[in-house]
Amino acid sequence: MEAFRVRSGLVVPLDRANVDTDLIIPKQFLKSIKRTGFGPNLFDELRYLDPFDEAAPSATRQPNPDFLLNMPRYEGASILLSRENFGCGSSREHAVWALVQFGIRCVIAPSFADIFKNNAFKSGLLPVELDEGVVDRLFQQSGDGEGVNLTIDLDTQQVTLPDGALVDFEVDPFKRHCLLEGLDDIGITLQREDAITAFERNHQRTQPWLFNEVKL
Amino acid sequence: MGRTLYDKLWDAHLVDQQDDGSALIYIDRHLIHEVTSPQAFEGLRLAGRSPRRLNANVAVPDHNVSTDPSERALEGYSGVADATSRVQLETLNDNCNDFNIPLIDLADQRQGIVHIMGPEQGATLPGMTIVCGDSHTSTHGAFGALAHGIGTSEVEHVLATQCLLTKKMDNFRVVLDREAQPGVTAKDLALAVIGQIGTAGATGCALEFAGSAVRSLTMEGRMTLCNMAIEAGARAGMVAVDQVTLDYVKSRPMAPTGEQWEMAKTYWRTLHSDADAVFDRELVIDASAIEPQVTWGTSPEMVTSIGGTVPTLDDMHDEAGRKSLERALDYMGLQQGMKLSDIPVDMVFIGSCTNARIEDMRAAAAVVRGHKKADNVERVLVVPGSGLVKAQAEAEGLDKVFTEAGMEWRAPGCSMCLAMNADKVEPGKRCASTSNRNFEGRQGFGGRTHLVSPAMAAAAAVTGRFTHPAHVEAL
Repeated sequence: MEAFRVRSGLVVPLDRANVDTDLIIPKQFLKSIKRTGFGPNLFDELRYLDPFDEAAPSATRQPNPDFLLNMPRYEGASILLSRENFGCGSSREHAVWALVQFGIRCVIAPSFADIFKNNAFKSGLLPVELDEGVVDRLFQQSGDGEGVNLTIDLDTQQVTLPDGALVDFEVDPFKRHCLLEGLDDIGITLQREDAITAFERNHQRTQPWLFNEVKL
Repeated sequence: MGRTLYDKLWDAHLVDQQDDGSALIYIDRHLIHEVTSPQAFEGLRLAGRSPRRLNANVAVPDHNVSTDPSERALEGYSGVADATSRVQLETLNDNCNDFNIPLIDLADQRQGIVHIMGPEQGATLPGMTIVCGDSHTSTHGAFGALAHGIGTSEVEHVLATQCLLTKKMDNFRVVLDREAQPGVTAKDLALAVIGQIGTAGATGCALEFAGSAVRSLTMEGRMTLCNMAIEAGARAGMVAVDQVTLDYVKSRPMAPTGEQWEMAKTYWRTLHSDADAVFDRELVIDASAIEPQVTWGTSPEMVTSIGGTVPTLDDMHDEAGRKSLERALDYMGLQQGMKLSDIPVDMVFIGSCTNARIEDMRAAAAVVRGHKKADNVERVLVVPGSGLVKAQAEAEGLDKVFTEAGMEWRAPGCSMCLAMNADKVEPGKRCASTSNRNFEGRQGFGGRTHLVSPAMAAAAAVTGRFTHPAHVEAL
C-alpha cells in the first residue's frame, strides 16, 4: 500500500448525499479478478452518456461533459468532496480501488459508511470527516472560479483551507499509523500469533463444535 | 452491569485489545464467493501465505452465475456465456482447489446465494463470528451471531490470520413492539425501520432487533430483517437466540450433534441481552401500525406504505432534501404527490438474499395462485435462493403456480438483485423487486427499482401495479 503523509491537491465537489458504492463502481466491473484497471470506470454511469459495452473499445465512449470529472477545470483533482454517508451500500473494495486508480487519494465528507471507511484505509485512500459547516463552505469555494486546493496532513491530522486556516480531523490511531507507514496489517497481526493461538486453544475447549471438520 | 447480546459476542471473541481501542477478534466462519475473493487469494500467493484454518471457510459461487436453467444444465461453467464471468467463476474453483478451501460448486444442489446456503447447511450457527466479502452478511445475525460484511483486504486478512482488526461498535436496539398486522412481513418491518432512522441511522452500530413482533418471526423472517440492517447503516444486525433458533439449527448438516449439541445448546441459550443491559441508543416502534411498504426513490429510506403517496417538495425540510427528492423523482420517472398504488410496473423480481427462502416462495405463490401475470408486466423472474429451496418449492408445486401464471422459474443465484449476470432491468423500466437496494443503476443501467416484500411483488405481478396483497382475490 502506498503511504499517505501530506497531500496537496485540487478538490472536485460531488454535491450529493449517500453516494453508494454501486455508483462509484457499477457491478459489471466487478467481474474482474484483478486489483487494477478500475480507474476508467469510476462513476461510470454518471461519467459517460452511453452505457458500457464490453465488446466496444473504451476510447469510443462518449464522456458526459456535464459530469464534474470530465470538466477541464477539475482535471488532475486528487481530493473528492461529497456529502454525508459517502460509500454506503455494497462492501466492494473495488470502489476504493477505482477512486485511487483514478487519482483520488482523499475523500472529504461529513460522514462515511462503515465498510467503505475500513476499506479506504486498506488501499491508501484517506477518508476525512469534517463538520457540515466546513463542508458547505468548501462546496461553495470549490464551485467558484479557479476551484480550491487543499493540503491534507495525516501526520498532524489537519486540513489547510484555502484561506490558510487549519481544521483538525479525527482518525483511528492504528489506521493512521498503518497509512502513514504504508504498512501491511496482515504482517502486523501475524506478529500476535501467540495471542491468537492461545485464544484459539481456549475457544476450541469451550466451543469444540466450531472446530469440526467441514465435510461437504 | 448486564451485557447486550453484542457485548457477549464481542467478549467471547476478543483476542487482544489495544489501548487505542483497536482490537483483534477471532473469526469462526468465513464465507467466500467469486466476486470479492480472487484478489485476496492472489494477495496470499504474492506474500507466500496460506489460510490459517481451512475448516473455518466455506465457498460458493452466487453473484455472477447464470440463472437460466438451460445454461445451468450444461456441465461445469461451459454454460456461462460471458467469458469474463466464466474466468471469475473458474478462478473461485481454482483457488479453492489450490488452497484446499471447502467449496460447494455450481453443479451441487446445495449451491445458492451464500447467505441462504450458510444457514441451510448449518455453516451459520448461534454464537459465531461470521464474515464474508459481502455487505449482506448481516443476515446471519438472525442466529444470535456477530456477522458482518468485509472488504477484500479483510478477506485476505481473515484467511491469513483467522482474525479481524476492528473496533467495538455502539449498541443500538430497535424494539418492534406488539404484533404486526396479517400480511405485514419482515421485509415491511425492515423498510419501515429504515424509513424512520434513515440509511445512515445506525452507522457505527451493531443493531439488535427485539420486541414481540421480532420474537414471533420465523428464522426466515429474522434473516430478512437482519439482512436489511446494512441498509440502515449497521454492519451487523442481530436477534437473540430462542427456541425458534434452536429448532431451525438442529439437524442442519453442519450443526453439532450428540454431546456437542447439548453443550452448544446450553451456551446458545445465554445469547440474549440481559434485562439490565444498557444500549447506547434505543428506539421503540409500534409494529401493529406498520403497513406493507414500497420504496419510491433511489435509497431504501425513500419508502412509504402502500396507502401512501410520493412526497412533495413542501414535505422537505431543507435545500439538500429538496435536491435529493428532485433527483430521485427524475431518475424514477415519478411525480410529486402520486399515489403509490397508481404506479404501474414493467417487471417483477422475486429473489435475492433478502427474500429467496422457501417462505418467500410460498408467500409469493399464495398471492399468484390461479392468477395470470398482468398484461402490462413484461417479465416476472422468480429466482429461488438455493438448489434446496428450488427443490422444496418444486416438491410443493410452487414452480407450476408461477409458470402457469406466465412467470419464469429460474436457477439459484443473486440474479437481478445486482444484475451482474444477464438478469437486468432495462433502461427506463420499472421493477417491483424483493431485493435490498434501489440505488440508481443497481438492477441495470437506467433501471428503476421499487423494494417490496414477496407478497407485494406477487400482487404487483398479477395486478400490474402496486397493490395491497390482501386486495388480490384469493383463488
